[in-house]
Amino acid sequence: MLKPTARMSLRAGVASVAVASLAACGTASSGSDTEAATEIGDAEGTVSILAWPGYVEDGSNDPSVDWVSGFTEATGCEVVSKTYGTSDEAYQLMQSGGYDVVAASGDLTLRLIGADLVSAVNTDLLDNYEGIFDFLKDKEWNSVDGVSYGVPHGYGANLLMYNTDVVDPAPTSWDVVFDNASDYAGAVTAYDSPIYIADAAVYLMSTEPDLGITNPYALDQDQFDAAVELLKAQKENVGEYWSDYLKEIQAFESGDSVVGTTWQVIQNSITTGNTEVVLPDEGATGWSDTWMIASEAESPNCAYMWLDYIASPEVNAEATAYFGEAPSSEAACDYRDDCDDYHAGDAEYAEQIWYWTTPIAECVDGRTDVECVDYAEWTKAWQEIKG
Amino acid sequence: MTTHRVSAFLAPRRRLQVAGLLTAPVAWLGLVYVVALAALLITAFWTVDGLTGQVQIQWTTENVVEVFTEALYRTVTLRTLGIAAAVTVIDVIVAIPVAFFMAKVANPRARHLLVIAVLAPLWASYLVKVYAWRALLSADGLIGWAGAPLGLDTPGYGIAGVILTLSYLWLPYVIMPIYAGFDRVPDRLLEASADLGARGGVTLMAVVMPMIKPAIIAGSIFAFCLSLGDYITVGIVGGTTQMLGNLVYTNVGAANNLPLAAAISLIPIGIIFLYLAAVRRTGALRSL
Repeated sequence: MLKPTARMSLRAGVASVAVASLAACGTASSGSDTEAATEIGDAEGTVSILAWPGYVEDGSNDPSVDWVSGFTEATGCEVVSKTYGTSDEAYQLMQSGGYDVVAASGDLTLRLIGADLVSAVNTDLLDNYEGIFDFLKDKEWNSVDGVSYGVPHGYGANLLMYNTDVVDPAPTSWDVVFDNASDYAGAVTAYDSPIYIADAAVYLMSTEPDLGITNPYALDQDQFDAAVELLKAQKENVGEYWSDYLKEIQAFESGDSVVGTTWQVIQNSITTGNTEVVLPDEGATGWSDTWMIASEAESPNCAYMWLDYIASPEVNAEATAYFGEAPSSEAACDYRDDCDDYHAGDAEYAEQIWYWTTPIAECVDGRTDVECVDYAEWTKAWQEIKG
Repeated sequence: MTTHRVSAFLAPRRRLQVAGLLTAPVAWLGLVYVVALAALLITAFWTVDGLTGQVQIQWTTENVVEVFTEALYRTVTLRTLGIAAAVTVIDVIVAIPVAFFMAKVANPRARHLLVIAVLAPLWASYLVKVYAWRALLSADGLIGWAGAPLGLDTPGYGIAGVILTLSYLWLPYVIMPIYAGFDRVPDRLLEASADLGARGGVTLMAVVMPMIKPAIIAGSIFAFCLSLGDYITVGIVGGTTQMLGNLVYTNVGAANNLPLAAAISLIPIGIIFLYLAAVRRTGALRSL
């Protein structure tokens, strides 16, 4: 039997342990190394990779799809990989640590750089970096102040898909999903992510030039409100939003959706043959993925070896073809026969694409006289748009 | 030898035996359940760093105030409540006759087969069943096809689709307690009621209903709570519909704002506490 005082101090002890453990969760780790390496040392033996599905295939999903074994044979680095479904999930996983390499889309890269979760990459150490298309290098989603944070992997556009039986005449503008969406009320679809607000901004760039939008990821409050209004009006006609690409394939095959935003790989997967895709006159948003190295990587040498390996024309071709996107390596098209479908290397086509970039308060279009709406506000607005 | 000594030591000490048995499960319940829930509730009063999304321990009531004042959360809460209530009512209406037939009309062999039939869907994955409903509700799906000659159309993806799908998913959880409730009603009471001249309806309302009320309430708790927290079904068959679970999910995932997600989750927790308190007043919890 404890005396009252002893019992009280025991209780206080338990309480302070509880508070300390609560305080421990959620505090940021510091002191990570974000400087670029100067040389590649010996392989550490294993490398842990976080990537989109279909980016790191070792033959376990499909025996004929395997570019990991070749890497292990060439470098001696065993690969442990994990896939993720959204950029936001990847961000959480990177925060929890334990990964050496991450394949990040443009709406994730700046967040990773801002949180010191990835380090700069010395591209001089990578033999295959030179073969990457120039129009993908040193962009706002993979570099900061001229310092590169990774190697471009592949890119694609968020295209407009329509059902040729229903949508007539063939659309050349995004107005079929915005101002004229009521023609297909209940059968319009849109991508279910805050980043879709940029699609509305791209449309407003040509229909409402008075707003002065020069970059769909750098919206001040007025421009942002206009895009949100447009999307609230669109919602009345939307049948469903999609984020799972299999769901969109099924919705177009069954006719539940007849017009909306899509990826090339979805068009390639649809078997009913009554859909077409088009890059509308206004241009489109898109993604360009980057291989990055974690600032706390335990195997930085193997990480550099992976970045170099995956950028080689043959492997880059195999990986991007499997996922359904344009390769980043110029010579990759020698190993692929479907490069034309993806307009690989077509700089003019690529220029019409606004690649996903994380919206931050400091406008990414260079304006300094206004503050831009950041991604947290985009997320909040997206929930309000969906209501 | 040591085993013998341990049992000899424990044999007269009943309290120590009980403590040895209960420590592990109680610690599990305490740590994994109560502490996790407490941590969740405390998180609602913290904040996040805008750029990095790290949770910061700065006490604020901002999240909770936002959840209780902004129109978005009110709309979504009312919609979620409406869906959960509709699912509960539909399930109870369907479950009572099914459970009555199973318990009182079917012969023992048929009863076993029916129990298996009711429970069988629980062996299939939740996702498979919801995707099956997605196909059923589709524009070229079975429901639209079967309804066409009658001039009916599929409700499509939306609130009606969500209510239908959730009603299907939770039906076994409602049938089973009501079946057990009917099973406990002795046949001789029904016979006595008939002997005293009561018609079927009177027997049902005056004799059977008071006895199976706790079972109905137990079933309704399952259907109501499970619907209140669902967010996957609504993502697959809900079209553009959002429920409270979706708001929590986007704030954990897309927005990376754990404190706001925790604040939103206070709403369903509050609703369920109110519901359980109301149920407790009826005395149904005691007879479960």
